[in-house]
Amino acid sequence: MRLQLKQKSILPGFGLALGFTVLYLSLLVLIPLSATFLKASSLSGQQFWHIVSSHRAVASYKLSFGASGIAATINLFFGLIVAWVLVRYNFPGKRLFDSLVDLPFALPTAVAGIALTTIYAPNGWMGRFLAPLGIQTAYSRLGVVIALTFTGLPFVVRTVQPVLEDLDKEVEEAAASLGADRWQTIIKVLLPAVLPAALTGFSMAFARAVGEYGSVVFISGNMPLKTEITPLLIITKLEQYDYAGATAIAVVMLVASFALLLTINLLQAWSGGRLKRAHANELPETAEFEAAR
Amino acid sequence: MIRKVCFFVAILGASLLGFGQRVTLLNVSYDPTRELFQDYNAAFAKYWKVKTGQDVTIQQSHGGSSKQARAVIDGLDADIVTLALAYDIDAIADKAHLLPSNWQSRLPNNSSPYTSTIIFLVRKGNPKKIKDWDDLIRPGVSVITPNPKTSGGARWNYLAAWGYALRKSGGDESKARDFVSKLFANVPVLDSGARGSTTTFVERGMGDVLIAWENEALLGANELGKERFEIVVPSTSILCEPSVSVVDRVVDKKGTRATAQAYLEYLYSPEGQEIAAKRYYRPRSAAVLKKYAAQFPNVKLFTIADIAGDWKQAQAKHFADGGIFDQVYSANQ
Repeated sequence: MRLQLKQKSILPGFGLALGFTVLYLSLLVLIPLSATFLKASSLSGQQFWHIVSSHRAVASYKLSFGASGIAATINLFFGLIVAWVLVRYNFPGKRLFDSLVDLPFALPTAVAGIALTTIYAPNGWMGRFLAPLGIQTAYSRLGVVIALTFTGLPFVVRTVQPVLEDLDKEVEEAAASLGADRWQTIIKVLLPAVLPAALTGFSMAFARAVGEYGSVVFISGNMPLKTEITPLLIITKLEQYDYAGATAIAVVMLVASFALLLTINLLQAWSGGRLKRAHANELPETAEFEAAR
Repeated sequence: MIRKVCFFVAILGASLLGFGQRVTLLNVSYDPTRELFQDYNAAFAKYWKVKTGQDVTIQQSHGGSSKQARAVIDGLDADIVTLALAYDIDAIADKAHLLPSNWQSRLPNNSSPYTSTIIFLVRKGNPKKIKDWDDLIRPGVSVITPNPKTSGGARWNYLAAWGYALRKSGGDESKARDFVSKLFANVPVLDSGARGSTTTFVERGMGDVLIAWENEALLGANELGKERFEIVVPSTSILCEPSVSVVDRVVDKKGTRATAQAYLEYLYSPEGQEIAAKRYYRPRSAAVLKKYAAQFPNVKLFTIADIAGDWKQAQAKHFADGGIFDQVYSANQ
């Protein structure tokens, strides 16, 4: 296996590059994370379980993962549309809109949180119209979803955009001339091509949302059992000098996030593989060419 | 020529060594003391320069009280801590052993040079007719206060309510528990800190009444606009005693003990007391309090010792995980 990997590359330096990668990832990710596990291991199994399965902790997991899932799904759907519009159409101000997409990346999350709260509070621009309809946005779970949707916006757009740009318009035209109707073109030609990228974007938006703290604490109202996200619970425990309790919850978040991301990555690899196989069947010449190469 | 240069270098060196004696202190404090210490630091620097010829620069750090204590525990080199409650300084003594556990007995008045109390801020005209603690548990009254588990200031709010109910019922704890339970059922947003709650009440228009420290409420009402808010003073409330201490390990390492000690002692001087009073903290000095009596409303005050023992006991009973606050809060859901 290793031999094969080596042969594929024309440039030397596999060992060095791999060594560097492992060192870099260890310093940045693995060592700090293992410190978390170490700190949590000062608790006995029973204590650990008592903390992580408490009523309040479970309510916060449900909110954090649930709201992040909803936000990432919204971003997946609308992100695809935004990417499509930005790639396929020309209109005045296109560059401006294109840069707007990145704004949630650059904006400090606290600023985003305060801005969203100002708008959606019962006396805010949007809130004052929604409140009479009985829709409470700020200081409710809906507020959490709004904040997470905002911070996750760029991910799907930015992962799908380059794939769409690479996808020739001729492919759609070919599909149409071969008798596919519009829906078939979208579902059978376009979607399979962008699906792996869209899934990557989805998982990034999801991961970002699960870890998001700054923007949410302003808009959520922070009510334990109702609108308290898991990162806030961790901070709350720290403020009470309960370091072990905080790391216990952090470990649960880490493991859950890692499991979810791994699943999504596998899903993405599977959909990517399926795409390649489909292509290989349709275009035997290309497949042969690639095999020869 | 070379001689001249040597001469200048010598002069420069001497001036650097002799006159440039500059001490830097870091005062780690909590949120609403910004304005107080801005004034006080300038006054102390002047006083210290006259007294010793030494220049002193005081750096300030502000934030939630517990968060600040945690930063000191985690290694922030604070010469002085001036926090919202003794429990946070106890934590520094217990967890990091940076100062002895009897720190509170080292300065007068339990190491608390200025005090405050808990009062209410309501909207102009007091539309919900809020007059005393009992009005806060009426159905339909929305109360804004931060989460006592994360905010040191909010623990005083909670204990003020607890103390009111406990004393009114003649010491019946189940009545007091019932009272705080009803009170927190009326709270729609639990911010993590006191400044956050003020923003929620003032800027977002949430709630009918904000439970606040007197110094914050007076500052708020006088500076945010008297035309929008009114202060309501309850019949009784708690005496809030923010605590101060030198951090022994840090001052001994940096060699700043004398200056840091003087910094805290000067807080008890007439000048220090007057600056505290100007920033709406109640001074300990009877003379200064008399001078500023007009700005401090008359409230019957009880201390934490009257209703909950000391901070360690209060923390364990009320605010620890599974404590009374958690119990009444879960029961409300």
